[in-house]
Amino acid sequence: MNRLQTRFAALAKEGRAGFIPYVMAGDPDLKTTAALLEKLPGAGADVIELGFPFTDPMADGPTIQSAAERSLQNGTKLDDVLGLVRDFRKADADTPVILMGYANPPYIRGFEKFAADMAAAGADGVILVDLPPEEDEELRAAFDRHDLSLIRLATPTTDDARLPRVVEGTKGFVYYVSVAGVTGAGRGERGAIETAVSRLKEASGLPVAVGFGVKTPETAAEIARSADAVVVGSAIVERLAKDGPEAALDLTRRLSQAVASARETEQS
Amino acid sequence: MTTPNTYSAWPDARGRFGEYGGRFVAETLMPLTLELERAYEAAKEDPAFREEFDALLRDFVGRPSPLYFAERLTEKFGGAQLWFKRDELNHTGAHKINNCLGQVLLARRMGKKRIIAETGAGQHGVATATVAARFGLPCIVYMGKTDIERQKPNVFRMKLLGAEVRAVESGTATLKDAMNEALRDWVTNVDDTFYVIGTVAGPHPYPAMVRDFQSVIGKEARAQMQDRLGRLPDACVACIGGGSNAMGLFHPFLEDEDVRLIGVEAAGEGVDTNRHAASLNGGKPGILHGNRTYLLMDDDGQIADAHSISAGLDYPGIGPEHAFLKDAGRAEYVSATDQEALEMFQLCARQEGIIPALEPAHALARARDLCKELGPDGVVLMNMCGRGDKDVFSVADALGVEL
Repeated sequence: MNRLQTRFAALAKEGRAGFIPYVMAGDPDLKTTAALLEKLPGAGADVIELGFPFTDPMADGPTIQSAAERSLQNGTKLDDVLGLVRDFRKADADTPVILMGYANPPYIRGFEKFAADMAAAGADGVILVDLPPEEDEELRAAFDRHDLSLIRLATPTTDDARLPRVVEGTKGFVYYVSVAGVTGAGRGERGAIETAVSRLKEASGLPVAVGFGVKTPETAAEIARSADAVVVGSAIVERLAKDGPEAALDLTRRLSQAVASARETEQS
Repeated sequence: MTTPNTYSAWPDARGRFGEYGGRFVAETLMPLTLELERAYEAAKEDPAFREEFDALLRDFVGRPSPLYFAERLTEKFGGAQLWFKRDELNHTGAHKINNCLGQVLLARRMGKKRIIAETGAGQHGVATATVAARFGLPCIVYMGKTDIERQKPNVFRMKLLGAEVRAVESGTATLKDAMNEALRDWVTNVDDTFYVIGTVAGPHPYPAMVRDFQSVIGKEARAQMQDRLGRLPDACVACIGGGSNAMGLFHPFLEDEDVRLIGVEAAGEGVDTNRHAASLNGGKPGILHGNRTYLLMDDDGQIADAHSISAGLDYPGIGPEHAFLKDAGRAEYVSATDQEALEMFQLCARQEGIIPALEPAHALARARDLCKELGPDGVVLMNMCGRGDKDVFSVADALGVEL
């Protein structure tokens, strides 16, 4: 089993949902991101999503856009992002790290080289927002060669006709975007999320993580009752930008505790 | 899957022109682009849709646009005959409205209630606002803050037409950022919104659909040439930002292999500097805004800032069909600098009594060279795709004239 499979198997055994914080590599600088990554597992991160910056983040709201701009202003390169993963891996052999971003930087590196470099650095998977199943053949082949997970997004607009195509070839987990919108926008309605999660689980046979618009421990806990994992990005990135790393870690702790204990609360 | 074997038969079923094009969008938008493709394919086959489109092109836009012999420029350049396709005489002053009309009719057919668009120079924004007003549809236009500053008259025109102009301050605050913001709007308003893209770029079916709506330019010009001269031109010339006026002119000539097709990119301060917008001459293939095409970028795949004196050409990408035609060798892609465009802007005004937009002023610089190259027996057809009223402030500024 790879790191992602091992982690989700462990979560299932514990009977709780996982927590996945997102941070943008190089925001505000690489040193801060490195220090954050090191402390995230201790703050309750079961999987880490590491964003890599792009000049034209067309699926992101203002918070992640600004984070990407700060990172690029500091000259963050894809090499630096892989370097962050490599350094993280030296001290943590178990916490899966997923990269998230847009297709062009990996495409320019070459999908095969990107996959090889990711595997060498110890990264586990990738989410490329603008690479739908119709266009990801080449990346998928490279990822299969290196046993990396290509994680696809399913959204409220993914209808039944399309769903099989979206889940086919997806590895690790399926990421459910709970609201039609950009990152950090308003959240989806609870009942609708529950229905979507069970539909996706059935279609994919994989764990389902839910993200987009999850901001508070209360919302995270609500989602954690049905989802296998909860992703929080904008809220953590915003806290980091406003109040610094300790405040971001503090929020991460509160979110991860709410997620971890969500099903106990419901049962009691 | 069959591979089209003629230049004009692309895209294939996946929306590809050779290796370019495709559908590189977020999953939220995938079902929407598929729905759009189905709706467009059905509309294309429906004679009633075609009829409505043609009637409005005639009565609302003012088509067909004339074919005009630029006699005094021909004399001045001292070579081939130079002819203009007068798309600057269209309602709203540019070719953009051909496409807006087609897309808004399609939006109505699909039952969409809200129109959004991005704009650079403001011509596409004005054209979209115009057609939306004509059909009583609310219209939101995203425009970079930098462009709002340099295209004030168009901003006011859009407002007069009832559109809401939303300033985009992210990134470089120009056309590409306006397109990002329009995509963010679309991904948020998936049920009722129709995104009217202004050029032959974006996810499939936009490049093909916009080209089809714009190909009225080339179809008319081809017939007018036959009619007036009894022959086809030796070369068709058009400026290229995203490439919609050029694609509209070129497409009906693609199978006429004796007709050279020449696209003129904006070289800004020079293609050898980092201040230009010439994606085909100074970029490489990458993925942005829903398609794979030539883009300006750095070694790490980050999109570079484009620069041109013309806001309408100031885009770091190019429609995928142009990328394909370049690689296939069917069309030639050259460039003209800011300085050349300024010279041609003034020359055309004085010689022909036509103030061109800065965009076709770029095309005119290379049309001049072609006229000289081809000599007196040659015929050059240039698309005068827009008029220069919108540019008088920025040209005055560039020439150091206080208004």
